[in-house]
Amino acid sequence: MTIFNKYCSQKLNLIFTFILLFLVGCSQNEQNMSEITFWGMGSEGESIQKLIPEFERLNPGIKVKVQMIPWTAAQEKLISAYASENLPDIFQLGNTWVPQFVALNSIENLDEFTSKSKIVKKESYFEGIWNTNEISGKIYGIPWYVDTRLLFYRKDILQKAGYNNPPKTWAEFYDVSKKIKQNIGNDDKYAVYLPVNEWAPFVIFGMQAGSKVLKDNDSYGNFSGAEFTKGFEFLINFHKENLAPIGISQVNNVYQAFAEEYFAMYISGPWNIKEFKRWMTGNLKDKWMTAPLPSPNSDSIGISLAGGASLVISKNSKKKDAAWKFIEFLSLPSTQLKFYELANSLPAVKTAWEDPLLQNDPYLIAFYTQFHSVVPTPKIPEWEQIAFSKLQQYAELAARNSLTVNEALKNMDKDVNIILEKRRWLLEQNNAK
Amino acid sequence: MQNKTISAYFFLAPALMAIFVFFFIPVIAAFIISFTDFDIYSLSNYGNARFVGFDNYLRLFYDPLFWTALQNTFYFVIVSAPLSIMVSLTAAIMLNSKLVKFKSLFRLNFFIPVITTLIAVAIVWRFIYHPKFGFLNYTLELVGIESIDWLGDPNFSMPAIIIMSVWKNFGYNMIIFIAGLQNIPEYLYEAAEIEGATGFQKFKFITIPMLAPTTLFVGIITMIGYFQLFAEPYIMTQGGPLNSTLSIVQYMYQEGFRWWNMGYSAAIAFVLFAVIMIGTIIQMKIQKNANV
Repeated sequence: MTIFNKYCSQKLNLIFTFILLFLVGCSQNEQNMSEITFWGMGSEGESIQKLIPEFERLNPGIKVKVQMIPWTAAQEKLISAYASENLPDIFQLGNTWVPQFVALNSIENLDEFTSKSKIVKKESYFEGIWNTNEISGKIYGIPWYVDTRLLFYRKDILQKAGYNNPPKTWAEFYDVSKKIKQNIGNDDKYAVYLPVNEWAPFVIFGMQAGSKVLKDNDSYGNFSGAEFTKGFEFLINFHKENLAPIGISQVNNVYQAFAEEYFAMYISGPWNIKEFKRWMTGNLKDKWMTAPLPSPNSDSIGISLAGGASLVISKNSKKKDAAWKFIEFLSLPSTQLKFYELANSLPAVKTAWEDPLLQNDPYLIAFYTQFHSVVPTPKIPEWEQIAFSKLQQYAELAARNSLTVNEALKNMDKDVNIILEKRRWLLEQNNAK
Repeated sequence: MQNKTISAYFFLAPALMAIFVFFFIPVIAAFIISFTDFDIYSLSNYGNARFVGFDNYLRLFYDPLFWTALQNTFYFVIVSAPLSIMVSLTAAIMLNSKLVKFKSLFRLNFFIPVITTLIAVAIVWRFIYHPKFGFLNYTLELVGIESIDWLGDPNFSMPAIIIMSVWKNFGYNMIIFIAGLQNIPEYLYEAAEIEGATGFQKFKFITIPMLAPTTLFVGIITMIGYFQLFAEPYIMTQGGPLNSTLSIVQYMYQEGFRWWNMGYSAAIAFVLFAVIMIGTIIQMKIQKNANV
């Protein structure tokens, strides 16, 4: 035997040994373990892996396999997985996506599980957030973490404009913006940042003015209605009066722009807190704060949108009980807190908010208040298209003065009614049955 | 003879099967879908898809966004295809000249943008185009031109995309042109020189005709590629501002894979197919006439 052959046979032996070991390992797994797959998105998908060992320790029969998918491709991937019947047992869904997956008939109704559960109870969650997961009275997802939009503001700039407290009403919001712009003078700086590629503030202000956004069982647009017009026009005026920048390319980095006083107020969500903390350092450290949204009248805070992500179980899953155990584990206040520490995602369970970790964070106080006044966007699969493609398009046209507010919203309704044609047809079909 | 044909098909069968399964079936399926309103509701229950005849195509005809997208795509193709071919040809001729030293170094440099991932390129160009701190505006201001909001102004967003994609893509065509140039026999130039031809005459009467097949190839490939404009605006502007950089493929992608209006999206795809085919036929006709 030559040296070469000897080396080769040794190598082959080694490979065989590995294959044997692998096979033994596999068969052992299949005998005693139930393995569930979980798809998490972005950084949450990464952070959750650190919670798995604890779960597996508490539930010796269950193994969890986590797969991370990027947020930007998540929806596409999930729907493709659905089409090829490859959905994981349990996955994370942005709570505005729940209606789409219910329309696909791809996720399990969880009422049976929640009615028996000692851990997951409707009362433990913020009402508006829970509501986003309820479609035609049935629950399809369990809130995992929550977010909403509220006001981020620069204390120092508002103080200079004579406001020691953040604006509580629309009138104050407008007034402080005017005064800030006066103080700025001709500089290329603004009072508010209201980018037209973020549809949420437009919907929020429309809803605050009393609009339902859609009408007739969510089958027709109601954007040109008086209420939505009022809120929409209020915001567009900030662009028209140069209180907010129209273009969006000036701001490559929102946090840097906030630190450089390019704008003093911004309506956004909790995902920004960490980055703002990082950029607002040195003598800027205590110069910013969060506040609940201003409202049209002064007796309450303004409503905002119920955001966040939910946990859902695939209808085709063969391990629904194991998957539910994992959901219960993730819904424990202690797990929720740990997850907040890992991923900075705000707990959906109210009792978790009593922990000093959250109580002592000054930026979170406003969020806690705001979460009690959140409402879902219309719970139909077409909503994403309406918001992202149409509302942003017409907000931009109105902000740039290419269309008047009334023209923009009339066209908006026309487009929305075309999108909803299928929905009307399906509703008719159901009624006929 | 017949036997030979049969055995030829026999040998071709595996390839034909693959083409049939992975190309023709999807194309036919897409064509059928383009006559339905296949959408997210139909994914779970095919019964929810309705046969709508030519409705999708008719709706396209009245869809202002489709016309905007088509117009933008034509704007892009008509300006940047010739521009990119001219830049490639110029670069190729310069690199083919005997006077240039370090040829392979330059060739490499010009080719690097082609192989660099678009994401990296887009990030760098976003900084170059930045209205306040961008290098381009800085240079323009030195010459006394007022700064331009390249990606934010609807009038300048498409030129910005054009400049970037010409820069990114000309290297590829340049390599093909260099190969074409090297195939032109040297003696033609020598003969012309003896006859007393000027440099421009040599270019016009030798280089251009001899390069005609290469130019046709480059022209068609570039046109087809540019009609499918997608990644550049998708990353740089997401089609904005005011849809000024929305391309037809991007519109198709949005309708199909973001909003799951598969039927409508398939109709857009077939319109794009028709447009590209007409463009190719016209180009071949022109080239044919020029050769006669």
